[in-house]
Amino acid sequence: MPRLSQWIIRTAFIYLILGFTVGGLLLVHKGLPLHPILWSWLPAHIEFLLFGWIVQLTIGVAYWILPRYWTQPRRPNPQLALIAYLLLNIGIWLVVAGTTLRAGPWTTAAGRAAEMGAVIFFAFHAWKRIVSREGA
Amino acid sequence: MPPLTRWYIKSALIYLAVALLLSVVLALPTTINLPQFIRFMNPAYFHLFLVGWVTQMIFGVIYWMFPIVTRARPRGNEKLGWASYILLNVGLLLRVIAEPLTATIPESGAGRLLLISALLQWLAAVIFVALAWPRVKERYRGE
Repeated sequence: MPRLSQWIIRTAFIYLILGFTVGGLLLVHKGLPLHPILWSWLPAHIEFLLFGWIVQLTIGVAYWILPRYWTQPRRPNPQLALIAYLLLNIGIWLVVAGTTLRAGPWTTAAGRAAEMGAVIFFAFHAWKRIVSREGA
Repeated sequence: MPPLTRWYIKSALIYLAVALLLSVVLALPTTINLPQFIRFMNPAYFHLFLVGWVTQMIFGVIYWMFPIVTRARPRGNEKLGWASYILLNVGLLLRVIAEPLTATIPESGAGRLLLISALLQWLAAVIFVALAWPRVKERYRGE
């Protein structure tokens, strides 16, 4: 498993714990009310788990496991995948700042744009690795 | 494929089928007289889908395919893996029952079950991450 995949997958694990922690508090709050402010963390719970956990883990595993080249670099343009990783995480926190922390109307849009950028950068990296065994 | 992975993946498939069945029921017109209990099962549907199906499928595949720790203990402490599986499933099923029950009959005391459900699912995630973390590494080379 390449170093970048290790970073991405470990980050995904951290988001899994974060998402389950916020989700757990929300679930408890439904049965035994803790504090009304907890409801404002629902978008963060969703963001952490959908983008931080599921999308991020998928990207980390894809970077590791998609077919590699026979010559160096075995994984082409790794910097594109690195940019995708950075953009995705910046995007997640911007969305959380916009939705949960109410940081301003443009913050959520900027976060979503960063997430979209992450996917585009990763697609540019991965496109040529999506091939058959014969490389076609 | 190790036995724990088989349990994870088969359970995930069952959850997917149950989630989709529930989605059909929830989509029925309001003119059809369903128990009030069912009408409060939207969050249960999402979580059957995203925890029961997606996350459980991911857990099963990670447990199976990530680089091994050592030849002697390829997937780390197997008992912890089973603990995570059981906690996740008991916690999720508890939620599916207790959440609509709390909404429809608040005095039922099911609110406490939600606390237990949250704790079990959280523990399952923490244990799974602790088990998988050392396997996020280069391929095992025998050292």
